[in-house]
Amino acid sequence: MMFNAPETQKMNANVAPVSIPDPASVALPKTFQTVRTPDPEPRQVRVHAKDVSVFYGPKQALFDVSIDIPEKAVTAFIGPSGCGKSTFLRCLNRMNDTIEGARVSGTIQLDGEDLYDPKLDVVELRARIGMVFQKPNPFPKTIFENVAYGPRIHGLATSKTDLEQIVVESLQKASLFNEVKDRLHEVGTGLSGGQQQRLCIARAIAVSPEVILMDEPCSALDPIATAKIEELIDELRANYTIVIVTHSMQQAARVSQRTAFFHLGILVEEGPTEMMFTSPAEKRTQDYITGRFG
Amino acid sequence: MVAHTVTSFDEELAAIDRIIRDMGHFSAAMVQAATVALLEGEQDMARRVIADDAVMDARQRELDERAITLIGKRQPMADDLRTVVGAIRIASDLERIGDLAKNLGKRVAAVDKSPASQTFAHSIESMAELVQHQLERVVDIYIERDAEALVPLRADDEKIDVQYTAVFRELLTYMMEDPRNITACTHLLFCAKNLERIGDHVTNIAENAYYVMTGSQLPANRPKVDETGTQPSLA
Repeated sequence: MMFNAPETQKMNANVAPVSIPDPASVALPKTFQTVRTPDPEPRQVRVHAKDVSVFYGPKQALFDVSIDIPEKAVTAFIGPSGCGKSTFLRCLNRMNDTIEGARVSGTIQLDGEDLYDPKLDVVELRARIGMVFQKPNPFPKTIFENVAYGPRIHGLATSKTDLEQIVVESLQKASLFNEVKDRLHEVGTGLSGGQQQRLCIARAIAVSPEVILMDEPCSALDPIATAKIEELIDELRANYTIVIVTHSMQQAARVSQRTAFFHLGILVEEGPTEMMFTSPAEKRTQDYITGRFG
Repeated sequence: MVAHTVTSFDEELAAIDRIIRDMGHFSAAMVQAATVALLEGEQDMARRVIADDAVMDARQRELDERAITLIGKRQPMADDLRTVVGAIRIASDLERIGDLAKNLGKRVAAVDKSPASQTFAHSIESMAELVQHQLERVVDIYIERDAEALVPLRADDEKIDVQYTAVFRELLTYMMEDPRNITACTHLLFCAKNLERIGDHVTNIAENAYYVMTGSQLPANRPKVDETGTQPSLA
């Protein structure tokens, strides 16, 4: 199957601008079999990707990536810059649709449902698969409105009380409520970086997603704010399927249960996190995580 | 092995490896000196072995400090992490080997007081040689990162156990022959036991080294041929 990016998309609470990777950093395809190590106890698969390739114009950025993402667990994508991890993450909620000239082939399913079905409502899809970005990007609205926006456009609240309840619960789940309960009607961009990022997580949670994608959610935060986000990720995984892209190996080791290593657009290895960081099966994985990369 | 992007990381790991190598060779030299002291009744040599234990302790502390600093500074992963944690454990085994060699040295004076003690002492000579050889080998294999060579080395611990059983029987015979031999022979029995314990530490080192190199454990079928605990009829 081959899909072309639609030219326009409806506004969505979780959409942020994305940059096109430098095609020069993308290598030519190589025949490579991903090394896979299953979990000791199998987990229920939530997202199933098979032979996913991504092209930016004539350049191929991802080569036949196949991976099963388990539910109620954190899956970390690691790899050097330009390896395709963010590209693949963006495929999971069709963010690449917003890039002109981007083309995705292969199959991605959420609970068996084809995410690239032309009849699928992409806005609704992005409510089911939410996203948190590298840089906190709250709307220039109040804290309350930031969280209320999604549930409102998706018609998730039938009354004002309903909406208030969703906002409060989402802020609580994002461990932010206690810090902002007295200033819900102040502007969200006035919060600290870490608070803004948790506000974005609350905004993603507010529309009851099934999967939360996080693209380097802590890279712009200080260690304390990072610790709070990591603690939050740990709490959220009880109810959500989480995929996180991170450049911090230690963060991947701390927060995830499974880790996937991408290099030059290829999924090199995926396996249980403990194994990936103590004795990976692939030499390239080992060289990358130990800081020996060319 | 490809070098780290940060070259000082490689240097820090190499420094840890060097300490392991030095501790290994130093402890093997201690075992050799203690054995010679025992066989020849060399009191001065025995005293030097006893004093040398402090060097082993200091080296172990140095390794621990370097390893902990490295973990804090570099947050090592995969083989690097295994190397650092493995080095801490290997150094701990080597330090214990130093203690056991020191104990051999301490018994020299007691054994030497007994008549015919030199004759009895020779019963442990070949056992001590084997132990010393195993100790040098395991450290060299570790430094060369030759995982496959560790499998036969661990199996060779069986030879030490066989010799220990033989020494045990021989010393019992001397004691039964003449009760005046009991003091010297009991000390020598402890010496033999210490050598056998050194062999066990070498096995531990081999197992740790294998994990460092491969990320997996040596199969759990280590031979055990010390029969002295299972044959009360010998006494």
